Amino acid sequence: MNYTFQFGVALKRLPDLWQGALLTLELGLLCYWGGALLGLLLASFKTYGGWIGKGLANAYVTFFTNTPALIQIYFLFWGLPDLGIVLSAFNAVLIGLTLNTGAYLCEIMRAGFLSVRKPELEAAEALGFSLWQQIWYVIVPHIAKTIYPALANYAVVLMLGTSMAMIFGVEELSGRAYNIASENYRHLEMFTVVAGLYIVLTLIASLLLALVGRTAFRVKVRVF
Amino acid sequence: MARFFEQLSRFFAPDNLGLLWQSIGMTIGMTIIGCGLGFAFAFLIAITRQSGGWASLPLRVLATLFTELFRRIPFLVIIYLVLFFIAAFVRGASLFLVAIVAICIYATAYLSEIIRGGFDSVPRQQIEAATAMNFSRWQTLGFVIFPQSLPVILPPAIAFAVAFIKDTSLVSQIGVFELSFRGKELVNQGMSGLFVFGMISLIYFALSYPLTRLGRWLEKRLASSRGQGPVRQLRQS
Repeated sequence: MNYTFQFGVALKRLPDLWQGALLTLELGLLCYWGGALLGLLLASFKTYGGWIGKGLANAYVTFFTNTPALIQIYFLFWGLPDLGIVLSAFNAVLIGLTLNTGAYLCEIMRAGFLSVRKPELEAAEALGFSLWQQIWYVIVPHIAKTIYPALANYAVVLMLGTSMAMIFGVEELSGRAYNIASENYRHLEMFTVVAGLYIVLTLIASLLLALVGRTAFRVKVRVF
Repeated sequence: MARFFEQLSRFFAPDNLGLLWQSIGMTIGMTIIGCGLGFAFAFLIAITRQSGGWASLPLRVLATLFTELFRRIPFLVIIYLVLFFIAAFVRGASLFLVAIVAICIYATAYLSEIIRGGFDSVPRQQIEAATAMNFSRWQTLGFVIFPQSLPVILPPAIAFAVAFIKDTSLVSQIGVFELSFRGKELVNQGMSGLFVFGMISLIYFALSYPLTRLGRWLEKRLASSRGQGPVRQLRQS
């Protein structure tokens, strides 16, 4: 027990870490929206695609949710060069996490598709709702209510998951901390500060998502 | 094609199979020990968070902070934190110990939320009835809350542990000899990354898929026996 903490050294590098945090956010957002599009595509295949579409989407989701995201990115980063496709570290992580996110979001979105029941649409039609009114007053609230909390939760989980990029040398929040720590040998302090930053960032993200959910979709989302 | 068969025979050579087997054992062992310990600690935390009264307030705050904070730190960062903390304060700790502690912390944080959800699912009237029958707090917990919440807790807890088989791949980063670490070694020895990581992902799939199915079956069975819907928890792979 003879370790002296020197947080001053670590805190002096906060502006550098902030740059890393921005890259984390960028990576997270890109993966999330890419994954959401992919998930939507897969979920519609799974619900309306006939047996071929259904089978393909099922195989994709089962494979990607049952293998580690890390191995998927390894495959892209160290496997694909054998075929002559060389990806940069950032692109490999981006593509890998997007493919992985797509599989998880597909499952969430399918639950949303299934939550809209036909009699409700018929009732809306009988009340003289136009198509857009049906979408806005019947379909969207249903889908939002079932999937918004899960989607918001996954956004935070993905933000934490992007720390994987550090393994490939991408300078996002944890990667940058690691590189700074190998300059000043203050690993313990750097990682403590980074952990704190992750907590603050995800708390802000959770609060914002809960706020958006409550005001835009009338959905209650737990923050704690 | 010839290259493929050469790689195939190298991959399935007896000495490599032995090492692979060892690394699979490591992956599974870490998951079981880490999640098992995590479940025990998570249970303690859930009980602490449930207790009332002023005396246990500091404990309650600590338990809440633990779950809320550690669920917001990436697993990889937890691994490094544990590694450097142990390196700073303990002499000659093995990497396996570091991995177990990291898994245990992470699993405790997530599982305690699952267990708390299970406790909350027991109807209030049950607890009131137990109080009316003069059950002590521990009797209420042991005879009323625990038996009824177990079918709610078990499926997501098992799903968590199964998903954790995949998360342990991150532990390879500090040099624990498990499946993805072995894969990286093979690539460093000059084998094709495409082939090796394809095979490694198949092994992970073979480990994870049957257990996922088992978990889902259990979920259905337990849910129908209690006549209520299953509790779902989403987690990162």
